[in-house]
Amino acid sequence: MNNIDMGKLINSIKMEFFSIADNVGLARVTVATIASQADLTLNDLEEIKVAASEAVSNAIIHGYENRSQEVVRVEVSRFEKYLEIVVEDKGKGIENVKQALEPAYSSDPERMGLGFVFMQSFMDELEVKSELGHGTIVIMRKQLSN
Amino acid sequence: MNVSVKHYGTTLKVSVGGELDMGVADQFRRELDALLTKFPETNLLLDFSRVVFIDSSGLGVILGRYKLLSKAGRTMVISGVQPQVERILELSGIMKIIGIYPRETDALSQLS
Repeated sequence: MNNIDMGKLINSIKMEFFSIADNVGLARVTVATIASQADLTLNDLEEIKVAASEAVSNAIIHGYENRSQEVVRVEVSRFEKYLEIVVEDKGKGIENVKQALEPAYSSDPERMGLGFVFMQSFMDELEVKSELGHGTIVIMRKQLSN
Repeated sequence: MNVSVKHYGTTLKVSVGGELDMGVADQFRRELDALLTKFPETNLLLDFSRVVFIDSSGLGVILGRYKLLSKAGRTMVISGVQPQVERILELSGIMKIIGIYPRETDALSQLS
């Protein structure tokens, strides 16, 4: 999925915040604000909010195992042809990314293993780069209509 | 997130408002568990008409309560779900196991 033509970069926000549950909403609103500047349906916007929420929640819950003073980095960029959301943590990393992307995979019984399912369902592209002990980068892209 | 409670016979109606994400999941879980422990004979009706957002953290709380109630021979249903939330419930598969009703009266009649 690399080397796709995303078109010109129109707007971008980079933010870093503590790995606190209350910040998930903040990240979601920021992503939705940039996304809403593109020509997307309300349905698309809702889906993008869920995808962003899942990625940031994963970073806090799994990446940092709920430690609150770590840093989550979110970058949301609106290109001519794509909206791109990057969520990065420097946490423990995912041992087996392929397995983690499968539906119903969860290390916590109260969570449903739906995080990556929603990200995959609601975005057009999902890329997960992870290294044990070094962290995880989730890159999601949604195609924008011309 | 905010929660209000009403009784209809053996049904406990819990109205929830706001965004059900990781930021409120623990509080939501604690409040529901406290209510379900305090009123051990009741079934649960979750009024979702004021829920504007849900993700897998919120879904996890719902599914967890459903499992607990089922084990105790109790049940739960959800009413008044907004379209964007309904889509998430549908995709999660929760709608296959938990009854979801547009109107509260339909949900209540399922429990009585």
